[in-house]
Amino acid sequence: MTDNSPVTAPELTRRGMIATGAVGAAAAAIPAPVLATTARPDQARAVTTIPVSLKVNGRTTALELDPRVTLLDALREHLHLTGSKKGCDHGQCGACTVIVNGRRINSCLTLAALHDGDAITTIEGLGTPDKLHAMQAAFVKHDGYQCGYCTPGQICSAVSTLNEIKEGIPSHVTGDLTGKPALDATEMRERMSGNICRCGAYSNIIDAMKDVAGVDA
Amino acid sequence: MKAFTFDRATSPADAAKKAIATPGAKFIAGGTNLLDLMKLQIETPQHLIDVNRLGLDTIEPTTDGGLRVGALVRNTDLAADARVRRDYGVLSRALVSGASGQLRNKATTAGNLLQRTRCPYFYDTNQACNKRKPGSGCAAIGGFNRNLAILGTSDACIATHPSDMAVAMRLLDATVETVTPDGATRTIPIADFHLLPGSTPNVETALVPGEFITAVTLPKPIGGTHIYQKVRDRASYAFAVISVAAVVQPDGRGRFAFGGLAHKPWRVEAAERQTGAKAIAAAVLSGARTTSQNAFKVPLVERTLGAVLAEAKG
Repeated sequence: MTDNSPVTAPELTRRGMIATGAVGAAAAAIPAPVLATTARPDQARAVTTIPVSLKVNGRTTALELDPRVTLLDALREHLHLTGSKKGCDHGQCGACTVIVNGRRINSCLTLAALHDGDAITTIEGLGTPDKLHAMQAAFVKHDGYQCGYCTPGQICSAVSTLNEIKEGIPSHVTGDLTGKPALDATEMRERMSGNICRCGAYSNIIDAMKDVAGVDA
Repeated sequence: MKAFTFDRATSPADAAKKAIATPGAKFIAGGTNLLDLMKLQIETPQHLIDVNRLGLDTIEPTTDGGLRVGALVRNTDLAADARVRRDYGVLSRALVSGASGQLRNKATTAGNLLQRTRCPYFYDTNQACNKRKPGSGCAAIGGFNRNLAILGTSDACIATHPSDMAVAMRLLDATVETVTPDGATRTIPIADFHLLPGSTPNVETALVPGEFITAVTLPKPIGGTHIYQKVRDRASYAFAVISVAAVVQPDGRGRFAFGGLAHKPWRVEAAERQTGAKAIAAAVLSGARTTSQNAFKVPLVERTLGAVLAEAKG
């Protein structure tokens, strides 16, 4: 499980540079008194943290969190699993998609506190650089991305989409509600509508999904 | 997000009691609408009560042949339930026409009924909105209102109810079961559950403070052909411009409920005695108040209803 270890004190990483740079810029740009007055009266109360235990990619971690912390922020900022991305932070883009107790959800639109004890799979838990998940390998093979920012969410969503079709969960394009939904591109496209790709890699993403599903249509 | 304290309910009655005991408390279940609004500081609860683990996530048959859907049943699970797909197809269709796969996995039955409008002026805290800030006015009237209501509106508000599921529930004459803070239970017919805006558009449902929804009950199946036709600006993951929920019987008679037209799912039972899309639509749309931007919804209702009736005929 070494691949899932939190990143500890990176010497020189892109993320480390960005974080340091942002703090530096904010400190330089905002005079100290402004920072002091931005706290609302009701935020002046001591923030009470609550214990939350998350089983992420097979490993259980006990956290003490401000109740406002979203599941996405818990994963990224507390567990340092930065594969899940913050795009819109409002459930519209799908970049934050993770799999909780077997179902894909928008991790930005839920609180970590609502998931005490839940089993969460992020992109880091699907596969590793040495042993890619079949969907990760198919995205590489079919060029299912350009900039890559939406890709972790796309892949978590794609894996879940194929499972949802197999489970017989209907979609808007399912013809016969009493039958099984078809394992085809029309069903996949409809079910992936909660994942936005600004680079427009959609057709290649569907190619990758069809490859994993073993279908031509 | 503004700071809040957090607690977990131990039972439905405990949830209702806790909600009334703590000022500024709100229930949180799926959270897909509430957290969106909290991030924008449109909702600013001081206390959240987690109601996710109260065992309200099952769908059980009722003694009179219907189904009792637990308040916490997720939209995906309700749409996928074999009994719902077989006997209440319009509900399954309405559910899967809404939101995205990720949101449907999280959003709950009760939460779907309680979701807030997507009126852009409700969402913009720089704009006047009587629903968000009572007495501040309505920037939507005279503003960008192409997608807003044409029926049951008031001078205070022209917002629409965004739910697809609620339209199907209205069509099926569902009943909302609740528990109140004093521990009493009651049932509210879906027709009476959502309110028209009147002079208090901030009051959206018949629920009293602290009242907690435990289930939504469907009466016994009524047969017929089930159709949910949603007209929207893109093919998937968009709110309705208008929608038509229908159950049409072999003799051509049917029930029709409409989304995207009003502050609540819209159904006019008297209109269902009419024959043909033109006559039914005319009866449904009686009293419509349109703007230059949303007047197109009037012919759109008639045409969509016509398409639904044609589809039902097969």
